[in-house]
Amino acid sequence: MSIETPLPVLKPADFASDQDVRWCPGCGDYSILAQMKKMLPTLGLPRENIVFISGIGCSSRFPYYMDTYGMHSIHGRAPAVATGLKTCRPDLQVWVITGDGDGLSIGGNHLMHCIRRNMDLNIVLFNNRIYGLTKGQYSPTSPLGKKTKSSPMGSIDNPLHPLSLAIGCEATFVARSIDTNIKHLSATLKRAADHQGTAFVEVYQNCNVFNDGAWEYAKDRKSKAETTLELEHGKPLIFGKDRDKGIRLNGLEPEVVELGKGITEDDLLFHDERSPEPSLAYLLSRMRYEDGFPEPIGVFRSVDAPRYDVQINEQVEQSIKEKGRGDLEALFNSGDTWKVT
Amino acid sequence: MATTTPPKPVANLDEATVRFCGDSGDGMQLAGTQFTNTSALLGNDVATFPDFPAEIRAPRGTKAGVSGFQIHFSSNEIFTPGDTVDALVAMNPAALTTNLADLRDGGILLVNQDAFEKKGLGQAGYETNPIEDGNLDKYMLHSVPMTKLTRLAVEDCGLSQKEADRCRNFFAMGLVFWLYDRSLEPTLRFIDTKFGKRPEVAQANTSALKAGYHYGETVEAISTQYHVAPAKLPPGTYRNIVGNQAIAWGLLAAAKLSDKQLFMGAYPITPATAILEELNKHKNFNVLTFQAEDEIAAMTSTIGAAFAGSMSVTASSGPGIALKGEGLGLAVITELPMVVINVQRGGPSTGLPTKTEQSDLAQALFGRNGECPMPVIAAQSPGDCFDIAIEAWRMAVEYMTPVFVLTDGYIANGSEPWKVPVVSELPKIVIDHPGPLADGETFSPYERDEKLSRPWAIPGTPGLEHRLGGLEKEDISGNVCYDPNNHEHMCNLRAEKVAKIADSIPLQQLDGPESGDLLVLSWGGTYGACATAVHTAQAEGKKVSHCQLRYLNPFPKNFAEILTKFDKVLIPELNLGQLASVIRSTFLIDTIDLNKMQGKPFSVAEIVSKINSIVA
Ligand code: SF4
Repeated sequence: MSIETPLPVLKPADFASDQDVRWCPGCGDYSILAQMKKMLPTLGLPRENIVFISGIGCSSRFPYYMDTYGMHSIHGRAPAVATGLKTCRPDLQVWVITGDGDGLSIGGNHLMHCIRRNMDLNIVLFNNRIYGLTKGQYSPTSPLGKKTKSSPMGSIDNPLHPLSLAIGCEATFVARSIDTNIKHLSATLKRAADHQGTAFVEVYQNCNVFNDGAWEYAKDRKSKAETTLELEHGKPLIFGKDRDKGIRLNGLEPEVVELGKGITEDDLLFHDERSPEPSLAYLLSRMRYEDGFPEPIGVFRSVDAPRYDVQINEQVEQSIKEKGRGDLEALFNSGDTWKVT
Repeated sequence: MATTTPPKPVANLDEATVRFCGDSGDGMQLAGTQFTNTSALLGNDVATFPDFPAEIRAPRGTKAGVSGFQIHFSSNEIFTPGDTVDALVAMNPAALTTNLADLRDGGILLVNQDAFEKKGLGQAGYETNPIEDGNLDKYMLHSVPMTKLTRLAVEDCGLSQKEADRCRNFFAMGLVFWLYDRSLEPTLRFIDTKFGKRPEVAQANTSALKAGYHYGETVEAISTQYHVAPAKLPPGTYRNIVGNQAIAWGLLAAAKLSDKQLFMGAYPITPATAILEELNKHKNFNVLTFQAEDEIAAMTSTIGAAFAGSMSVTASSGPGIALKGEGLGLAVITELPMVVINVQRGGPSTGLPTKTEQSDLAQALFGRNGECPMPVIAAQSPGDCFDIAIEAWRMAVEYMTPVFVLTDGYIANGSEPWKVPVVSELPKIVIDHPGPLADGETFSPYERDEKLSRPWAIPGTPGLEHRLGGLEKEDISGNVCYDPNNHEHMCNLRAEKVAKIADSIPLQQLDGPESGDLLVLSWGGTYGACATAVHTAQAEGKKVSHCQLRYLNPFPKNFAEILTKFDKVLIPELNLGQLASVIRSTFLIDTIDLNKMQGKPFSVAEIVSKINSIVA
């Protein structure tokens, strides 16, 4: 559809639907919703060209609160619904909103295949490490030993790490942010929106009712400078309140080092989000707080690759170029026919 | 090639049935297909029954690996591939032992003598060689050293022995072509297109084909040639068409007639895969085919494509449909138009993937959680698959609903002459998407028209932004709503809407008088056997009529009345009585059931004998 008239300038409020938001007070989802509404007007897209598709879970209520096109589909299937939509309509900007249970457990297969096809979708996974909507069972990202109503003696399920998984599926864009880190979150969503291909964003989201404090180490104002590391393309990996620590490669393993005492910035690992090799991004995705590392936030990887939604439509064009536009009469009469008089 | 032998006598037949059978590597499907196309081109009515082995890589020469293709061709209109076989071609002992029972007494039996050696006989369970021990005396046995003769025929083509042996099916074809007085031309053309890139293979197949034909001409043991004259079909242009191909073409036509892009989300599954493959050949019809990661994604991507505004289709078979069940619920509650095709096969579970059955009717009608009504229609023959696809899409868009189409392995793989439709005479399918709304106006995605159909608003339209989903929706506004009365109202509305489709479908037709002693009620692929059996009974003066149900939900408006006009109702089904139980519970009448669960279609004789046991 071609739009000749200049677009009206939209405000965050223009993206709010008339529905009451029904997340628990204090839920991290509110902040993500707010940042999304704040970021979307900066893209300059008409509202009607944006679609939010979700699965099932607390996060998946998201489309109801956006005054765009949307579908609250079924558990885990949002990437597949979005695939059908985007394949037919590459002109639309399509967002997939999912959670750790929806995206990684029941919908793990769709997520994996969607990412490897590099469909031009923006997938935002709200990771709260718990099943919230069903009131507190352990999820695929719950840590080992996590005691919940369905794991009273502690979870014995080895957790999945969403970004490691995405990178393993050859994701072309992988990022992480935190619900309360609003500037960072908004900038990360924008980067995802601008990426051509599947953009996968994990957001640390607090479920203050069933798993309060799961990300406290990464959110707490006093500790976050030590427990997180903001990635910047082309810059060395430095963190700490006084920016006095860094990540250095020791063989194939990262290690935390203190700057000074003979170690300079040049000795550190430099971030390269455009590296065609995903190994660095994967290594970053494996840095965990529990292992004594700061957890990277920001864009891990952003590379260009062919998009499924573009290529499938190009094949149609190519086929038309080679064979001409499909003609039923010619098709029906192709090959051997005979006449009865 | 000049022949010195005088021409042999030609006997005229009304019809004949031939079956090619051999190892799955023997090219029997190809032989059958060529024979079918040739017969159709000659003007015969034809009906075919390809029978695939259950195991794709069964060891060579074993019974599990036997593949068959049966062709019934006639100078009259026919509806089935034939109960018994007039001529059987058996390429090895395993094929002979598994197929011989269907050869009529006195029938022609052509065997590849070279395959009847110790190992092959052992694999088939023969202790003595049947072509020598007199056990085949009641047939017109022709034991032909096909392997040896084929090798001789292709000697000069420079093929390896293995490649040379692969030409055997062309030798067998040539022989049968001579036997039934068919032209070699269509097959020679086929060889040219198919093997054009490998001239030595094309040459070898041509030589083998001609050698088989000349063998028939010259060898004294085969004394008569048979001729089946063209059938008197309604005038028009005809072609041979296979069911799965017809349904794919019907989808292409429906997309054109409604001016839509066609999207198919599918996962490979026997026997539905050929639909996905066929559509892939026609991307230039603006066709997007998405081979999904699983059946669930096939279904849900289809929902996404429907939301996008495309003509959206998925095709599968029973186990795949089971996986689609949750998605179908979403399709029903979002009231988006799409077509869901089930090419039924033997179940439950993986069941009999390559064999036919009609046991997914209950699944189509009831196989979802909640009150989840879907219209269900069924194709009756290979060619009818074309029309059913168009009709399904018409229903889907007119009533904003997913529509179930049932076919089965038998009609999906079977073929028949198909009268090529005149494109300009096909009915247009008009779709109205609501246009943009001005600021301040509100859009109600669940407001309904007189058909109870809601608007199909597609993304990209300003002012119509709305959210669909699996949670119960409030009437008119479409907002999430947990109100108990609203839920009941919406369940009733959805049911009423599907029931209302009866307003748009033709009244039920009968083959035979409007009342009588017995109504034979059939649906789907059992059509041919039932129609033929009823014609037989009618010719004997019995008061029997035939009702072929195309619309299984909702039923045509006059259907209930038809049922009351007959003393008895016989329902033959390839299941354990699924339509029968719906008929009984819906219309509170008794039915007589004829059920078969052998992975094979009904024979005409089975239905005739059942009719005879009911009406003297
Ligand atoms: S249960 Fe947890 S995740 Fe769900 S809305 Fe409440 S706080 Fe948020």
